[in-house]
Amino acid sequence: MNLISIKNLTFRYESRDDEDTLKNVSLSVNEGDFLCIVGENGSGKSTLIKCIVGLNKVPEGKITLKEKLGYLPQKTEIQANFPASIEEVVLSGTISNNIKNIWYTKQDKEKAKEIMKELDIYTIRKKCFRDLSGGQQQRVLIARAMCATNNLIVLDEPTNGLDPSIARKIYSTLKTLNKKRNLTIVMVSHDVERAVKYATRVIEIERGKVTFDGLPERYKIV
Amino acid sequence: MINTIIEMLQYEFIQRAILVGTLVSLCAALLGVSLVLKRYAMIGDGLSHVGFGILAVALAIGWSPLFISIPVVIIAAILLLKIGNNSKIQSDSAIGIIASSSLAIGVAITSATTGINTDVWNYMFGSILAMGESDVILSVIVSIIVGILFLIYYRKLFAVTFDENFAKASGLNVKWYTNIIAILTAVIIVVGMRMMGTMLISSIIIFPALTSMRLFKTFKKVVISSGVISIFSFFIGIYFSYIYNISTGAMIVIVNLVLFIVFILLDQIIYK
Repeated sequence: MNLISIKNLTFRYESRDDEDTLKNVSLSVNEGDFLCIVGENGSGKSTLIKCIVGLNKVPEGKITLKEKLGYLPQKTEIQANFPASIEEVVLSGTISNNIKNIWYTKQDKEKAKEIMKELDIYTIRKKCFRDLSGGQQQRVLIARAMCATNNLIVLDEPTNGLDPSIARKIYSTLKTLNKKRNLTIVMVSHDVERAVKYATRVIEIERGKVTFDGLPERYKIV
Repeated sequence: MINTIIEMLQYEFIQRAILVGTLVSLCAALLGVSLVLKRYAMIGDGLSHVGFGILAVALAIGWSPLFISIPVVIIAAILLLKIGNNSKIQSDSAIGIIASSSLAIGVAITSATTGINTDVWNYMFGSILAMGESDVILSVIVSIIVGILFLIYYRKLFAVTFDENFAKASGLNVKWYTNIIAILTAVIIVVGMRMMGTMLISSIIIFPALTSMRLFKTFKKVVISSGVISIFSFFIGIYFSYIYNISTGAMIVIVNLVLFIVFILLDQIIYK
């Protein structure tokens, strides 16, 4: 089943009027995919993600989502100094499930608890987010993204700025979630080597166009 | 000390000041948590200067300062937020010029008309004597609104403050929540200006949150502690202000400063 389908997406930032950032991009994401989107800086891969999650309005083309997604944005400066417990951060992921409610429901809390257990952060849930290592912070943000969805998460460079050994752990955590839960994962990465190793599918974007879409084994050869 | 407090409480103006001060301190601290974390703290400072400019104009014309200030400061708040989101203009520079221009206009008008008399001095640095009936009514209404909105929007404010992009992707109207914070901040600044003074009001927005963040590590605890610290500082401040006849606003800021330093020291002792 197609969880995401994108047809003829063209996108241009108002501030950059010379060239389209994305040109006529069409692709679909299937249930169970562990899809890595690779490409150089400025190729348009983050722009594509922002279109998918709804941060960029889509002027031309069509994006259809079959499932509510969980999003892991790039890190912001604000978070580095933010007083919040792991539990508070993860629980905030459930907001989209019942936006009108004043407080979290019992189901929200159960879901957050179950996901924190699965990601091995339940025992440290009272700890402060800003005191965690970079790798642990990303696990918390993955947990938050999973709280927002049943089986589709979208990540924007989750291993950016992490040590290689910790980046490897994040990839293998994602791989496990993908296999065990059949969690569909779409992630942007500029770490081609690891993307090819862990993903089940690779898409390469160059200058706003899809230049490769297929199995990781094949991408290596190309 | 207890006798002094009983003596203080017999004055009607002190009763008014305590009611208004407690409510304003609490609301300013609650809003302050979001503002400080989102790095919008200087907006509070900019707005209080705008407030002074408007006050001077109102006094010169002879209009009721409170009711003219509120809409103008709200507009300024929304404008400042807009500028902050526009990368072409540096928001700290924008706040700087708006603040100093408002102050300049205010001072120019004052010196051309009444001169810096006690009234103007009180507006700049605060006075417990300045609170009238309308201040009490307004502050009660505004505080109830701030309190209710804060409770209703608590988890949304957390999401928006912690991660705007995630909140947007979750379907929250981030702009709306930031505008609400800006509008409420504007109103609290105008209401608190009489007591704290336009030059000093922004400190009761910034200090409690900053102080709490030193020791507390969850959002909930920081919010509760900010409220407590703010009200505590107000009471200590107004007490010393009464006994030693020191400007109320200045005294409250000094208590806040002392608490901030104490919390830094405690942080060093506990976590290192």
